[in-house]
Amino acid sequence: MEAFTQLTGPALVLSQVNIDTDQIIPGRFLTATSFEGMGDYAFADWRFDAQGEPLPDCVLNEPRAAASPILVAGRNFGCGSSREHAPRALLGFGFRVVISSEIADIFRNNAQNVGLLPIVLEPAQHEQLLAMDGEALTVDLEACEVRTPAGQVFSFQLDGFARYCLLKGMDRLDFLLAQQDQIKSYEDNHER
Amino acid sequence: MGTSLFEKLWQAHVVCEESADRPAVLFIDLHLVHEVTSPQGFDTLRERGLPVRRPDLTVATLDHSTPTTPPDEDGQRHYYTDQARNQVETLERNCEAFGIRLEGWDSEHRGVVHVMGPEIGATQPGMTVVCGDSHTATHGAFGALAFGIGTTEVGYVLATQCLLQRKPKSMRIVVDGQLGPGVSAKDLILHIINTIGVNGGTGHVIEYAGEAIEALTMEQRMTVCNMTIEAGARAGMIAPDQKTIDYLRGRALAPAGEAFEAAADRWLALRSDEQAVFDHEVRLDAAAIEPTVTWGIDPSMSIPVGASVPAGGSDSVDRALDYMGLHGGQALAGHPVDIVFIGSCTNGRISDLRAAASVLAGRKVAADTRMLIVPGSEAVRRQAEAEGLHEIFLAAGAEWREPGCSMCLAMNGDLVAPGLTAVSTSNRNFEGRQGQGARTMLASPLTAAACAVAGCVVDPRTLMGEAA
Ligand code: SF4
Repeated sequence: MEAFTQLTGPALVLSQVNIDTDQIIPGRFLTATSFEGMGDYAFADWRFDAQGEPLPDCVLNEPRAAASPILVAGRNFGCGSSREHAPRALLGFGFRVVISSEIADIFRNNAQNVGLLPIVLEPAQHEQLLAMDGEALTVDLEACEVRTPAGQVFSFQLDGFARYCLLKGMDRLDFLLAQQDQIKSYEDNHER
Repeated sequence: MGTSLFEKLWQAHVVCEESADRPAVLFIDLHLVHEVTSPQGFDTLRERGLPVRRPDLTVATLDHSTPTTPPDEDGQRHYYTDQARNQVETLERNCEAFGIRLEGWDSEHRGVVHVMGPEIGATQPGMTVVCGDSHTATHGAFGALAFGIGTTEVGYVLATQCLLQRKPKSMRIVVDGQLGPGVSAKDLILHIINTIGVNGGTGHVIEYAGEAIEALTMEQRMTVCNMTIEAGARAGMIAPDQKTIDYLRGRALAPAGEAFEAAADRWLALRSDEQAVFDHEVRLDAAAIEPTVTWGIDPSMSIPVGASVPAGGSDSVDRALDYMGLHGGQALAGHPVDIVFIGSCTNGRISDLRAAASVLAGRKVAADTRMLIVPGSEAVRRQAEAEGLHEIFLAAGAEWREPGCSMCLAMNGDLVAPGLTAVSTSNRNFEGRQGQGARTMLASPLTAAACAVAGCVVDPRTLMGEAA
């Protein structure tokens, strides 16, 4: 997992509420056995018609979309399935951060596990960011802040462990493997 | 202060307590695996030279990418794509290489992972159950703490049989009274999701309780717990009772003999204390619930089948109406239905097929409507055929398929063409879920079967009790 400390870049706003994982990556792209190339399928049904032609009205097809590392999305982003392909597709598309006023549990877990920073802001702050399409935001994970070009500073909270793992680019598996003794003693005490 | 069922299950599985700096390490009693979300997890083991820590607590099956058409004369199965075949064969190879029990092509239990697990008795009260699949919540019907995880976490569980978890909050939904005739567990859960919203359960584990929940059969409880994720909750659960015990007795992986009786005593003690406190409580009246159908693009957008859709005016309602090809304020009844799908981990069990058959017996699927009936597992298929249900389906003009996820998520080629309206007993009506441009209305097996006969949305109670 790639470490994340701070970045500055334009925001892409998708203000629709309840953007579910079937929108982020439709089920028919899940037959791959690796996550390679998932970015090509991000929001596939929003970006392409049934013939695979790009839809000109879709903001995700504008050149700026691929150059935006920050996705600002409507409330309850990532609801639906547990497919890790969803955060992987967003990473592959070029996003490193997703900001909403609410992010679905499993998606948030998956995002943290793969190095996509999920940020939940207060509804009022989120509302302001929804109006900043294309503006350069700074996301600072050390300080847990989102900063706007006008100098506003929005603080966010992230689970301490998730933050540590993202800052260090640390894989949680190493942490779990280091707990083998405790796991063994749990197993010994809980034989069924 | 009393302790809730969730709290008891959580405490019993903590390997290392959580602190401000780190989540709890939670032990997993049962890891269910399917072909879509596991390959990269096994790759992680290979990269690091690790074995599966507890193959004895791991069970796999093939369901999402599998064809539902029978093999040809040469025994060949026709996959939708080579990639789908490769995905299935990859899991077969991984199970072989890592010594994992696979309910594969030759198993009488192969089928949708959340139908298979309970059916073989793998799911038991008091367990922690995970799977790389959000509908793992299904297994909570047995008084288990069951939730979906991502593929990276599948790798963690394969390697360590543990997960890192922050303790969720708790919610109790009490349903008083009784469901009326023609009103099913599916209508109940659609009504609950409509009441609390698609994000109403975020951050929570939900315990369902009350007279109406106690009255449900195990299969109906699975339907309710299954869709807990559609309200955003991590898990749903129902305290074990005598029905739970009766269901599990004699199942392949359940304890046998005296060990079963001892386990049953332990299981029956698993319930929330009288004084247990929940972070949120919701109370509903079962008698007020009607056969319910979704009209929009998330599972909370539902109405009683006889009601009218919202008038519109907000972005999300307008977008949903537009996608579904509906006019604001129109009645749903009478709206044409192109396809009816009966199946999935929500409603693909034998009782669901019996409900569909009760409507279809002596009737025909409407001329312009296609009906696909897909059993949840091989055992469900065999049971249905033993009861002659397939003959009722075929005589009505429906397609009777082999088990799998099928049209629930349209990965295997069973899909709804753009712009067509499907009434489906599955769990998600997201845009494109059943195929690009597909319009999905979620409903119970009774309602879905009635819609197939009518060729349009109809209240199933109009066909019940009335001779065909
Ligand atoms: S039937 Fe549908 S919801 Fe259930 S496991 Fe299969 S794809 Fe997922």
